[in-house]
Amino acid sequence: MLRIAALQAGYGQSQVLGEIELAVGAGEVVTLLGRNGMGKTTIVRAIMGLLPALGGRILGGSIRFGGDEVAGWPAHRVARQGLGLVPEGRQVFPSLSVEENLTATAANRAGGPARWTLPAVYALFPRLAERRRNSGAQLSGGEQQMLAIGRALMTNPKLLILDEATEGLAPLIRAEIWAVLAKLKSEGQSILLIDKNLAAVMRLADRHVVVEKGRSVWTGDSAALAADATVREGYLHL
Amino acid sequence: MERLRAAALPLLILGLLAAAPFIGFGAGHELTLLARAMILGMAALGLWLLVGGAGLVSLGHAALLGVGAYAVVVMDAAGITEAAIVAPSAIGAAALFALLTGAVAIRTTGVHFIMITLAFGQMGFFTAASLAVYGGDDGYTLYGRTTLGGARWLEDRLAFHYLCLGLLAATLLACRALLASRFGRVLRATRENPLRAAAVGFNPYPYRLVAYTIAGGIAGLAGALLANATEFVAPSFLAWQRSGDLLFMVILGGLGSPQGALLGALAMVLVEEWLSHLTEHWRLVFGPLLILAVLFLRGGLEGLPAQLRRRRDG
Repeated sequence: MLRIAALQAGYGQSQVLGEIELAVGAGEVVTLLGRNGMGKTTIVRAIMGLLPALGGRILGGSIRFGGDEVAGWPAHRVARQGLGLVPEGRQVFPSLSVEENLTATAANRAGGPARWTLPAVYALFPRLAERRRNSGAQLSGGEQQMLAIGRALMTNPKLLILDEATEGLAPLIRAEIWAVLAKLKSEGQSILLIDKNLAAVMRLADRHVVVEKGRSVWTGDSAALAADATVREGYLHL
Repeated sequence: MERLRAAALPLLILGLLAAAPFIGFGAGHELTLLARAMILGMAALGLWLLVGGAGLVSLGHAALLGVGAYAVVVMDAAGITEAAIVAPSAIGAAALFALLTGAVAIRTTGVHFIMITLAFGQMGFFTAASLAVYGGDDGYTLYGRTTLGGARWLEDRLAFHYLCLGLLAATLLACRALLASRFGRVLRATRENPLRAAAVGFNPYPYRLVAYTIAGGIAGLAGALLANATEFVAPSFLAWQRSGDLLFMVILGGLGSPQGALLGALAMVLVEEWLSHLTEHWRLVFGPLLILAVLFLRGGLEGLPAQLRRRRDG
């Protein structure tokens, strides 16, 4: 579904990504692991075509999604191919109501009958239904995160990308989000996930890719990661 | 309750305007003043769509108004005064001008957008001033007001008053409907975070261009009415000072909802008139008044009730 090969990217004069290899198959959940500043968010921005607007660019390599080479495409075109992003820091539209946030950009990009409609998202996050008339700015952090996930789902993406979706949330909300992600996985939703919560991602994900200083240095499943103490000690501990 | 509150203010304003001729504002000069306020209110509504709706601060809106007014002039000189032809031409000409200039201007944002719209506005101004056939610098006096079905009923002050009021109300309703539509939601999303809107698959550019073109059409209609109200059109219609006035009306009224533009236009035209009767040096009072309004009315005039409620509730 998504296949990244030899990706290099950077901002201005500084190269952030040196050599990234990454693949997500249909129905697979893959995580990007690594310490802060290693380039995980830059990978997401490169996939989504967001680098040029942030002063960066792709320097080389390829990003193939669903048969198309999408590296260098404008952001809105990449998203239309069926990539749904839940961005770092949530970034809901603050003056739009919850319902407007969900419906403004709704689409059906996965093809077939739409799995995600307004009632389906409200069933997944009942809190959002209660607050449907509130504006994005009036929501708590956890509610904004639910809204950001709901907004991405409302585009019926082929691949859902979540950048630090559980960061800075209360434990109960965090648990709810993990439960939702597990449900999405059980329905066959392909997911690319960035998260620091090692225990939770090892339960959820099929495969992990460890990023260190802009290079993908290790890849394997949860069992392999659990067995490989040197990877966990060397690249993941703060 | 919230919906009622949102509808109460525009209904009150429109109701007062409807009743104005019968509650002591029926004299010729008063109706002229109110017509001017309503027409500029209509243009301000279009500008609000850009500033409040799309987050595009334009300093060239008077040019669109002027294109509408000059469309009436061109028709008048050719002997065409039928509203069924004149009004669509004015709307179409201004919308086309907006589409062509917007296609360039909307590639930029922020200060650059302000400067480009200002530049296009000035281009319009100097073009109008060089149109010797239509009076050039001196302007052009219309032979008469636009006719409807061959009848000259726009000459009637009351009929003209209610025509302006009806079109103003229709513009307000259209703006509200537009904002609530799918198009309006995407437009507001791109205002708040264009990058985010792009990341969910929406290119802000066509949405903004359509909004700019619609605002142009509204300004064109307002320009045609303004030409009829004054029966005289001059390049000063396109002057950047008028663009500034329109922008100020929108900001004074409040960016929170379209009725702010309506309120701002009425307040500005009426206060200006009232002050100029009090003293010859009214600008010395008007200027500081506007500064105070911007400093202390955070949500504009339209947000004043909410601001007072907050203060009362502590």
